[in-house]
Amino acid sequence: MSMEKIESLLKEFAEISEHPHRQIEAFKAEGKKVIGVLPYYAPEELVYAAGMVPMGIWGSNKKTISMAKEYCATFYCTIAQLALEMLLDGTLDDLDGLITPTICDTLRPMSQNFRVAMKDKLPCIFLAHPQQRKPAFGLQFTMDQYQHVKSELEKISGNTITDEALREAIKVYNRSRAARREFVKLAGEHPDAVSAVNRSGVLRAAWFMIKDDHTAKLEALNAELRALPACDWKGKKIVTSGIICDNPKLLQIFDENKIAIAADDVAHESRPIRVDAAETGDPMMALAQQFADQDYDILLYDEFSSQNRRGDFVVKQVKDSGAQGLVLFMQQFCDPEEMEYPYLKKALDAAGIPHIKLGVDQQMRDFGQASTAIQAFADVL
Amino acid sequence: MAKEVSPGVLALRKVVEDVYADARVAKKEGKLVGWSSSKFPCELAEAFGLNVMYPENQAAGIAANRDGEIMCKAAEDLGFDNDICGYTRISLAYAAGKRASRKVDLETGEYVINPNSGKPLKDENGKVVMGEDGKPVKDPKTMQPYTVLDDIHEIEALPDGREKDLRRAAIKPYRQMQMPQPDFVLCCNNICNCMTKWYENIARMCNVPLIMIDIPYNNTVEVHDTNVAYVRAQFDHAIKQLEELTGKKFDEKKFEEACANANRTASAWLRVCDYLQYKPAPYSGFDLFNHMADVVTARGRVQAAEAFEQLEKDLAEAVKTGKSTTPFPEKYRVMFEGIPCWPKLPNLFKPLKEHGVNVTAVVYAPAFGFVYNNMDEMVRAYYKAPNSVCIEQGVSWREGICKDNKVDGVLVHYNRSCKPWSGYMAEMQRRFTEDLGIPCAGFDGDQADPRNFNEAQYETRVQGLVEAMEANAENKEG
Ligand code: SF4
Ligand code: SF4
Repeated sequence: MSMEKIESLLKEFAEISEHPHRQIEAFKAEGKKVIGVLPYYAPEELVYAAGMVPMGIWGSNKKTISMAKEYCATFYCTIAQLALEMLLDGTLDDLDGLITPTICDTLRPMSQNFRVAMKDKLPCIFLAHPQQRKPAFGLQFTMDQYQHVKSELEKISGNTITDEALREAIKVYNRSRAARREFVKLAGEHPDAVSAVNRSGVLRAAWFMIKDDHTAKLEALNAELRALPACDWKGKKIVTSGIICDNPKLLQIFDENKIAIAADDVAHESRPIRVDAAETGDPMMALAQQFADQDYDILLYDEFSSQNRRGDFVVKQVKDSGAQGLVLFMQQFCDPEEMEYPYLKKALDAAGIPHIKLGVDQQMRDFGQASTAIQAFADVL
Repeated sequence: MAKEVSPGVLALRKVVEDVYADARVAKKEGKLVGWSSSKFPCELAEAFGLNVMYPENQAAGIAANRDGEIMCKAAEDLGFDNDICGYTRISLAYAAGKRASRKVDLETGEYVINPNSGKPLKDENGKVVMGEDGKPVKDPKTMQPYTVLDDIHEIEALPDGREKDLRRAAIKPYRQMQMPQPDFVLCCNNICNCMTKWYENIARMCNVPLIMIDIPYNNTVEVHDTNVAYVRAQFDHAIKQLEELTGKKFDEKKFEEACANANRTASAWLRVCDYLQYKPAPYSGFDLFNHMADVVTARGRVQAAEAFEQLEKDLAEAVKTGKSTTPFPEKYRVMFEGIPCWPKLPNLFKPLKEHGVNVTAVVYAPAFGFVYNNMDEMVRAYYKAPNSVCIEQGVSWREGICKDNKVDGVLVHYNRSCKPWSGYMAEMQRRFTEDLGIPCAGFDGDQADPRNFNEAQYETRVQGLVEAMEANAENKEG
């Protein structure tokens, strides 16, 4: 009985994750406003508190860059280029606004392209996070930036975002993050019940659903997973790392080779849900503090830079999750990930943890090479 | 390019030489030497009398000395992807201890000459001397040893003796390959965020402290007070860190001096740039790229200000006497957009010369020429770096110099190394053409990695631009 329930829930998540557009249409049909949220670390809580729906935009596995070429040279990642493509080709026409963070060198100029390309069509809300996010002046700057986002969102929604509403949003998001963290853990413990493909569907759907709905479903799923007997996994376990790895065809290769994902260090999955925001006190400060508490991220400044804290963190993740190795999905043209690869490798090598680096691109349609590499990797684990 | 070198240019060269030489001496004396990003507020380090080196300037020099590729590859072997900015790769290879070296025969102690190097030998009439094999004879004086990669840590681990000495001595002698390793690093990420992780990597490799000034990207022409407050607080924070590092108190007087010098350098730099407004221009804007080193490495030194002021005098004289150091008659005037491809400067120059195209505007002119009167204005000045400004500001800088310097077209370098710079160029190009009615042509290249430059494409694009400028001129006349 419970296996059936698990499967049907997983199927629901997978359906949603594969059809974000249906979600937007449904929200619009209910009279809701929808705000596109580009990576990384945008405070979705503000959108929620304004009574609107945030939709994550993380490129697409089904699109090809064409119209975006008008703005962009070839050497930019698909996360940025395909977002622009979807803005230009009408896929995202139903959006009521767009939040454009600028934390990497691709997103900086792209924020300008988004704004220029969407002139008169879609309000773009600019967001520049500070890198010195922990000291008082950094917290203040984050709050200043979030204040700007807040007032722009208020203009679009026509609602004032009260502290009370924001505190409520924080609670909803904390609960969602907690449920996702638990799910990641349970999925790692029960790979027989949750395939790599389905795991991704659950986490990906979070970007396309109102969090209350996602959490309700996910908590139900987690309860079922918790009730399962311990799994005697005969395959291998790995930790995934990188910006994104949500292509079902690619993940299927892992399932076929009985490689389970025990934990992840992925920007689209666990990196943004590691820390929560305080539910009491000034909610804007709580959000700023939450951003300050984010750590071990290739995109974020590390004030203890002469140490290899991020490398060590990922090694610990591998060890704690009982994985035997790590697969790094290297997004093509992502210089922030590329910059931190040598020191990640150093830490992994020092700990005797095998890894592979798979070059990926959302326009990839043929996974033959990846498949060979993953198979070969499974053999050495 | 020009044979005759003016006193100002000589002075500017000396200033940069001195900056490097002083740092080498300081290092030998056991004093601290830092590495800094080009748009870190140097005034702060000057206030502590610190010796500071500039990896971007160093990387440009290494690339211009044709060692960009070997250093880039060395970084790739360390795991840094070839997608990463070429300056960054060169610098990280250097920080890791990699050096471009001359191949030395350990038995004889002599350098092994590369037979493919060198220029053709010419006789007293300037004619190329042909050998018996029908090929031009090489001038032995211009022949160079093979370049090989070495590693200072490997060398230092050797027992004292001949090999160690020979390998130490074989490291290429030009100043950028002899830059002392850092005792601390100063990072300001106004020009790119790549800087943040670049400097963190150096700090890790060399186990040295990092002082960070974060200047987030700005979406408006104005710099908002909240942004100023954030950066201002970081200046204060950096000063505290520098006090801890040096064990000295912040010297207000020295700081003011450095600010005064930086202002003086910037104003003189701007006036030198403005000489390109003359038609024909008294020099080639390409020369400005060389002088940028002074603005980067020495803007807080009085010598830099004086050297630019000297150059200004030289130019005034040149204008009076109708001289120009541009080695060809100026037919067209263009803005060169972006950083040049350092390893390919002669190749960049060649078709321009052929078609009589003078570069009379470069974006660095306004981008480095900032003047300020107090600390808050200084913050605002550092907020407006080449890649930290919104598209409107970027366009207005460029269109300003295009108009003032009367350009007929724009040559856009789509620089494979620099994502923040190249990322909104297509839209900028459209605006230049729309607002100024001038043609633009883009080409693919790289500031440091010669593998990313395609000469044939470049020449075709320059040709196309020239044709468009010609048509434009005819239309105007007709
Ligand atoms: S972090 Fe990497 S993948 Fe993400 S937008 Fe920047 S370059 Fe693209
Ligand atoms: S600004 Fe561009 S060229 Fe300069 S270091 Fe940054 S990425 Fe490289």
